[in-house]
Amino acid sequence: MSNEWPLWEVFIRGQHGMSHRHVGSLHAPDAEMAIKNARDVYTRRNEGVSIWVVEAANIAASSPTEKGPLYDPSRSKVYRHPTFFDIPDEVGAM
Amino acid sequence: MYAQMIKSEGGKDPSEMTPEEVRFQARIDAGEKIEPKDWMPEGYRKTLIRQIGQHAHSEIVGQLPEGNWITRAPTLERKAILLAKVQDEAGHGLYLYCAAETLGVSRDDLTEQLLSGRMKYSSIFNYPTLTWADVGAVGWLVDGAAIMNQVPLQRTSYGPYSRAMIRICKEESFHQRQGFDIMMKMAQGTPEQKRMAQDALNRFWYPSLMMFGPSDAESVHSAQNMAWKIKINTNDELRQKFVDQTVPQAEYLGLTVPDPDLKWNEERGHYDFSEPDWTEFFDVLNGNGPCNNERMEARQEAWADGQWVRDGLMAHAAKKRARKMAAE
Repeated sequence: MSNEWPLWEVFIRGQHGMSHRHVGSLHAPDAEMAIKNARDVYTRRNEGVSIWVVEAANIAASSPTEKGPLYDPSRSKVYRHPTFFDIPDEVGAM
Repeated sequence: MYAQMIKSEGGKDPSEMTPEEVRFQARIDAGEKIEPKDWMPEGYRKTLIRQIGQHAHSEIVGQLPEGNWITRAPTLERKAILLAKVQDEAGHGLYLYCAAETLGVSRDDLTEQLLSGRMKYSSIFNYPTLTWADVGAVGWLVDGAAIMNQVPLQRTSYGPYSRAMIRICKEESFHQRQGFDIMMKMAQGTPEQKRMAQDALNRFWYPSLMMFGPSDAESVHSAQNMAWKIKINTNDELRQKFVDQTVPQAEYLGLTVPDPDLKWNEERGHYDFSEPDWTEFFDVLNGNGPCNNERMEARQEAWADGQWVRDGLMAHAAKKRARKMAAE
C-alpha cells in the first residue's frame, strides 16, 4: 500500500474576474489527472471556470507560532488606513 | 449517524489540564477554528481521525445500496438523477478523507483500516435496498437523518472538517428532495406502488432512528466531544428533531409510520415515539446485519481490482517525468 498517489491542492476560479480560491485537495498520479479529478470532485455544479492544481508537497506555509512576529507589527500602523485621516466635510468626497 | 458511537480520547478534568490544553479549550470556547498546523491535544486529533474517517467510509459504502438500482431505475431521467446522487456521495467521501488527512493519517491507511474492519461505517448501509421505493426511502429518511447531524457540524471547531461539512450540506438537500420526490410518485401511484412505498417506510424507519446512536445523555465520551465542538447535539436531541420533521412528511404522503405509540405530545411540543431495537443496532455494528459481508466484500474487491490502475498510472507518471527530464 506504499505506492500512494500524491496529494494535490485544488484552486478554482469561481467566475470570470475573480481570483482562484483554495477549495480542497485530492490524490492523483500526475497534474493532468489531478485536473481531471478536480473537475469531477469540485465542479459538479458549475462552481468554476478555471482550475489550478499544485502538488501539496510543493507548498510552503507560514507556521502558526510565527503569528506574532509576522502580523503584530502592522497592528500599530493605523495610518495605513484611510479612516485615520479626518478630512473636513466641506472638502467633499475624497 | 454517519459517525456512530465515537469513543473520545479526552475526558480530562480542567484542573488536570496542561497550560497548552487550557489555552486550546479557551480558543474553542471563543469560537475560533483549529487549523491543521495549530497545536492540538493528541486526544482531539485521534478522536477526529476516528470520527471524520468513519464519516468518510459511510459516504463511500453508502454508494452501494443505491448503486444497486442505477441499472434498474424506472426511467432514464431517474437513472441520471440517481447516478448524480451516487457520484455526490463519492465526492462527499473524498472531501472528508482529505479533511482527515490534514490530521496526519494517510488515505491508504484509512482505506486499509476500513477494509480490515478496524474502522466502521454507519449501521444503516448494512440494510438492503429491495425495491425501487427503497431508493426513495433512503434519500428521504437516511439523507434526512444525515442532514440533521451535518447541519450543526458546519460549526465544528476543526476548520477542514467544518469546510467539508459546508460543501456537503449544500449538496445534500438535493439528495433528500429527490428521495421524497420518488416517494411522492410511488405513494400517489397505483395501489401496488403505494404498498411498495409503505413497505419501504416500514423497513427503513427504525434503522433510520438507529443512525443517531443510542442515548448518550450520560456518556463521558459525548461530553468531551461536545466540549471540543466535534459533536454539537446529543443523539436524543437529533433523533427527536428528525421524528418531528419526518412524521408530517409521512402524513403528507398518506403513509403510516410503523409505530403504534407515535403520538403528538402537546405538553412537550414534540412527538412521543418508540425506541428502535438497540440489540439489533449492536448486532449490525458487530457485523451481523443483513448486508455487512456483501458491503465489505464489495469494497475489498473494488480496492483489489483497482490495484493495477493505481500502479499503472503511477508508473506512467514516473515515465513521463523521466522523459521530460531527459529532454531538458
